Amino acid sequence: MRPIEYYEPPVPSKVNYINAQYGLKSWLLTKDHKRIALLYLGSITFFFFIGGLYALMIRLELLTPQGDFLQSATYNKVFTQHGIIMIFFFLIPSIPATLGNFLVPMMIGAKDLAFPRINLLSWYIYLLGGVVTIYALLAGGVDTGWTFYTPFSTTFSNSYVVATGLGIFINGFSSILTGLNFIVTIHTMRAPGMTWFRLPLFIWSHYATSLIMILGTPVIAITILLLAFERVSRVGIFDPKLGGDPILFQHLFWFYSHPAVYIMILPSMGVISELIANFSRKNIFGYSFVAFSSLAIAVFGFLVWGHHLFVTSQSVYAGMIFSFLSFAVAIPSAIKVFNWTATLYKSSISYDTPMLYALGFIGLFTIGGMTGLFLASLAVDVHLSDTYFVVAHFHYIMVGGALMGYLGGLHYWWPKITGRMYPEGWGRFSALVIFVGFNLTFLPQFVAGYLGMPRRYHAYPPEFQVFNVLSTAGASILGFGMLIPAIYFVWSMRYGRHAEANPWHLPGLEWRTQSPPPTENFEVTPIVTWEAYEFAPPEETEVIGKFKPELEQI
Amino acid sequence: MSEHIVPVRIYVTIFLVLLVGTALTVLAAFYDFPGRFNTIIAMTIATTKATFVVLYFMHVRYSIRLVWVIVASALFWMAILFALTFSDYWTRGWIPTGY
Amino acid sequence: MADVMNSHATTSEVHGHRALQHHFENMEQQREAGTLGMWVFLVTEIMFFGGMFLAYTLYRSKYPAAFASASNHLDITLGAVNTGVLILSSFTMAMAVYFTQMGKRRPQILCLIATLVLGLTFLGVKAKEYHDKYEDRLIPGYLIPGAHFDPKVQEEGQPPDHHKLHLLPGATKPQVEMFYWIYFAMTGMHALHMIIGAGLLTFLLIFSIKGRFDPEYHSPVEVIGLYWHFVDIVWIFLFPLLYLLGRHLEHG
Repeated sequence: MRPIEYYEPPVPSKVNYINAQYGLKSWLLTKDHKRIALLYLGSITFFFFIGGLYALMIRLELLTPQGDFLQSATYNKVFTQHGIIMIFFFLIPSIPATLGNFLVPMMIGAKDLAFPRINLLSWYIYLLGGVVTIYALLAGGVDTGWTFYTPFSTTFSNSYVVATGLGIFINGFSSILTGLNFIVTIHTMRAPGMTWFRLPLFIWSHYATSLIMILGTPVIAITILLLAFERVSRVGIFDPKLGGDPILFQHLFWFYSHPAVYIMILPSMGVISELIANFSRKNIFGYSFVAFSSLAIAVFGFLVWGHHLFVTSQSVYAGMIFSFLSFAVAIPSAIKVFNWTATLYKSSISYDTPMLYALGFIGLFTIGGMTGLFLASLAVDVHLSDTYFVVAHFHYIMVGGALMGYLGGLHYWWPKITGRMYPEGWGRFSALVIFVGFNLTFLPQFVAGYLGMPRRYHAYPPEFQVFNVLSTAGASILGFGMLIPAIYFVWSMRYGRHAEANPWHLPGLEWRTQSPPPTENFEVTPIVTWEAYEFAPPEETEVIGKFKPELEQI
Repeated sequence: MSEHIVPVRIYVTIFLVLLVGTALTVLAAFYDFPGRFNTIIAMTIATTKATFVVLYFMHVRYSIRLVWVIVASALFWMAILFALTFSDYWTRGWIPTGY
Repeated sequence: MADVMNSHATTSEVHGHRALQHHFENMEQQREAGTLGMWVFLVTEIMFFGGMFLAYTLYRSKYPAAFASASNHLDITLGAVNTGVLILSSFTMAMAVYFTQMGKRRPQILCLIATLVLGLTFLGVKAKEYHDKYEDRLIPGYLIPGAHFDPKVQEEGQPPDHHKLHLLPGATKPQVEMFYWIYFAMTGMHALHMIIGAGLLTFLLIFSIKGRFDPEYHSPVEVIGLYWHFVDIVWIFLFPLLYLLGRHLEHG
């Protein structure tokens, strides 16, 4: 069967998953993965803005060398809460809970995830965790850093450690249930003919992400509980008074929190694979390498956590092992970057908004990844640890990498999700503004950090001011750039051009049903006989044009 | 694939094996074996008991290969947690930190 | 009178079992998904308890004398009885699954009741043990206001008092407190999982009495059985590690 590039359902139905049922109850008690994805989209955006507000306060304080905007105790709470909200309530769920929930069943040809009610439960758990955390923030906040290092968090901090920890603990279950759902769905509910190596790379990366969620999250769950138990009973396993070791906390904490960064980047890499292939109309170069590298990142990511403990009392021998493994974990990521680049070579690239984000990702992720190697070198890390170099490194990956992928994916699948197109001109404009703003914010931080500016300080020596001023200027541009899509996405839901089933003319399974999809995704269960990313040669594309095939009964 | 029904006599046998294992481990606990053997014996008995529960009570013996992979992965990941953490604790005394 | 075969089974050929959910093709796929789902969840439980086993292993290797002294103060009889109770409950749970597969409702319900009763027995014994620890002031730190950690130590030449701690050479009271912190964390978390298991069993019981399960659809029984066996396995490790580690030094 020839891949169909332009598809129109024979009798386009007016009924889709959005208008199939009306009323608040039909949304709050839905079992439809697509509706749940939208519920997540709303809540995640809300938390992103809260995290962004904290970022604004940080950048305002750091405009001047003196601590004149916030007191140091308050500043501690601001950067702590910025980290907690952004990591646990935005980055970790972002792509899996919105794009993943929406697309995983569609891309494999299923009607829903394996456990729809557990999917809905995961959203409510996410909300509960969020409510508990927000309560803690409003009641007085937490000042330990998002890393909750002992003994400050167990013994000396006077802030709402237990409450915040509880919020994060609850949120972890949301993550676990999402991962569980994805793994079981991908194993048991693929449509006939959808073999593992015909799966879109988006699915591979979400499968790998789910592995990390399942294997890692429980460890931070127990670590938070142990921390809370110690705080409440005033003694514990991290307490030298009983012969305990505070560094044990760091081992347990980072056992999850390092793989967590791969939870944040892998789904984004999956999006990028989709964007690169589809917007250059060429099959991904080295499909199986990219697929296996996702699994490799998931596995290797669990072997490197000690690189966060290089400057602690951790043994230098363990440091050498972790340093070596940290270099090794860069390899599968590099393999992906090479394969994406090879895909672009001699392809027909269309510079639509999603592609702009994908191209931005490749450059920014490479910078972020390579600066990670500096930090993985033991001796260099002694100099760079706890400086702004580290801050710049992880923001390049999490914002320049993960966030770019999220925005690119949102734009790419927006017509499928909402049935509306966003305004392309504004899309490209805001992508460029975000790119410029982002680099202006974080590039100076590499320099400042290398020259010695410490992180988590609200006041600094005057020689670092020029970098901070550049950084804050960049942050304002970045903030402005991100407001634009927020506005036009909402605008498009009412006034955007209606999108047809396959507005980008692409072969993926999700494009072979109407936009927005019906509740059951496909009128007939597809039987897959084509490989992933099978594009017709350019000559045939012209001939196909407005070709409307008969829908073969299968 | 039809569901395999484990015969009652296997359940009874495993149950008795588990009880015997418990009695053995209690008895062995009071005897002073040389070196670390008390711990090794106790852990061997516990692991054996757990294996029987996993294979027969939890039906893994009759399950698809994916279930075996899942169980093995969990054990492997626990091993990673232990091995790399102890790579720190057991090597801490090796270099005198005189600087 | 026990139903042998649920009459719903015959209509399944026509339009799917009444318990078939709309997004699954058939009961087989649904059953497999349910089983896999529970196994994936058990992986998270293994990693969850794993963190505590790590802390235990670390500190036991550092403070062997203190850990042995503290362990010897636990009641080995109650611990062994509880181990037997849990193993028996695993057996009755497996039998409950068996009878559900065979469509024998009355024995299935009896086995579920037995499992639940045994589980509650375990919790009762645990409560007694915790109470004993409270009496001997072994609850760690300031967890219980007014009854902070402050056990009495057995002195040389005094008449043996089993409420007092006998410290082996090299053991200190803070290190003993470390043991009890870990003891309460691990057995407390285990007990919490037993309570959840008891709740799940209650649901199973109610649905079984209502006749919801039959040989074609009994995934919940099987899947909750997996959970129950897992909780049993955790105890199979906890018992020797917490109760037996120092017995061979008891008279040495």
